[in-house]
Amino acid sequence: MSALTITGLNKSFGGLHVTRGVDLNVQPGERRLIIGPNGAGKTTLFNLITGELTPDSGTVALFGQDITRTPSRDRPHLGMARTYQIITLFGKDTIIHNVRLALLGLSPTRWNPWTDLRHQGRFTEAGHKALARVGLSHIAERPLAQTSYGERRRVEIAMALAQEPKVLLLDEPFAGLSIDERRDVHKCLMAIPRDVTIVMIEHNMDVALEFAERITLLHFGEVIVEGNRAEVVDDPRTREVYLGH
Amino acid sequence: MIDIFTGGSKLRFIALAILLVALITLPFWVTGIYYINVGSQILFYAVFALGLNILVGYAGLVSLGHAGLFGISAYATGYMLQLGAGHGTAIAVALIIGVASMAVFAVLSLRSSGIGFIMITLALGQILWGLAYRWISVTGGDNGISVRGRPAPFGFSLSEPINFYYVSLIVFLVAVIMVAIFVRSPFGAALMGTRDQPRRMNALGYHVWMIRFYACLFSGLLTAVSGILFVYYTNFISPQTLALTSSAEVLLMVISGGPGTLLGPIVGATLVVIIKTVVSGFIERWNFLLGAIFVAIVILVPEGIVPGAIRLWGLITRKRAATPTASAATTERTP
Repeated sequence: MSALTITGLNKSFGGLHVTRGVDLNVQPGERRLIIGPNGAGKTTLFNLITGELTPDSGTVALFGQDITRTPSRDRPHLGMARTYQIITLFGKDTIIHNVRLALLGLSPTRWNPWTDLRHQGRFTEAGHKALARVGLSHIAERPLAQTSYGERRRVEIAMALAQEPKVLLLDEPFAGLSIDERRDVHKCLMAIPRDVTIVMIEHNMDVALEFAERITLLHFGEVIVEGNRAEVVDDPRTREVYLGH
Repeated sequence: MIDIFTGGSKLRFIALAILLVALITLPFWVTGIYYINVGSQILFYAVFALGLNILVGYAGLVSLGHAGLFGISAYATGYMLQLGAGHGTAIAVALIIGVASMAVFAVLSLRSSGIGFIMITLALGQILWGLAYRWISVTGGDNGISVRGRPAPFGFSLSEPINFYYVSLIVFLVAVIMVAIFVRSPFGAALMGTRDQPRRMNALGYHVWMIRFYACLFSGLLTAVSGILFVYYTNFISPQTLALTSSAEVLLMVISGGPGTLLGPIVGATLVVIIKTVVSGFIERWNFLLGAIFVAIVILVPEGIVPGAIRLWGLITRKRAATPTASAATTERTP
């Protein structure tokens, strides 16, 4: 059974077709890279998969379960987590509180208005474990405002990992990072175990190609090339619309 | 998050203890009934402001229709008493109607946030104000409803200003404790998350709409409680209580004191009530003074009096702490 199956997905904004009959089949444990020039519809595809946008037609299935009409807020409960291209964190709080919120999101405790969250030690413990996976547990209590851009990227990944997803969607995790920060994030991603399926959008081909096993090239909302690294890189259409050489 | 309980410093604990003792002993050190009544007003307006602060400060939803909800509970109490119901029944019905009205407000206004939310709550508040004027058979129209007498639970007559003050104080303390527990709870954290990053909260598995809805109900409960205390205090309710100016006034209490803090709305309510009731006795243009104070707050401490005072205190203490180091460094450099 596929981890993620997308069939004939279409989405238009007025007269603009941003996703045209996209089919995608991602196997459990696979590392899939989505590439394409700006405006190809990569982030829109992510938003359709996570339910932030509703498709005009087509279906999305997670481990065989049709989730096309499942509200986006319910998808994390089914094992889907994502990060954003533009870092979206809780800037007034500490790093550990950000991760605690991620953990709380999947727990019925989130409705509890009586107990003190700080006394819910299990969230703090699990938060530290998630931060350790991205090498940030030593600065867990630091306010987010006092962290670097690269550390914030890793906090985003820690929040996603804290939810123990089955499918993880990473939207340009290397965007805007320095060489050192890129190396740190790459290390975190490589350490994610195989029981987590990863679909990643990325423009930085050096790190992305090293990470991905299969690659899908989108152009004007359509899948035009799909295959393993060698197949996609060698395809003349990839060179024409994306690599440019 | 700036909160008087956060950090748990000894200084804060002592300040709170002094404040509590001052509130309990207030009837013994103020001169005359008038100031005890001012104290009662501060307390129930503070409960009102705490209720609005749940939305403005912790949910990021600015309501301009809360006076309508405050008034509807007051009217419900007055109307039930007019029908011959007992105080217990009147209070229970007023609480139910207040929270139910807030539920209707929430269902309609939570379709939007930001400016949209403000405008919908404003419109709903104005509808209630219009109803208070026009539904004469229930509200008495311009003449309003007069309430005869106050409850006397267990022989403890609230007709005595001191007794009314103590009941207001108990209700106020319960409200403060409830809000303090609420904001530190997992649900409180989730609510503040929806204020800061609603899209992210949705992607983390939270039901943003439902969280905001429950927060509205809690806010409605505190507003209804304060409305009931108000009608028993004044023994009268008229459409003026539901006017837009009343909604703006309580919003100013929250904003001037510091939204998203526990102490802020209480300080804001104290400021507004004192200027409205006490200072207005000495200064004819008290509205001008109130406006000038708000302008000063916006310029000097735009985050509100309480967070602003904490910030300024932090700057002063840091400066003091830094001074010996700086002089030591200068000494070291001096040959």
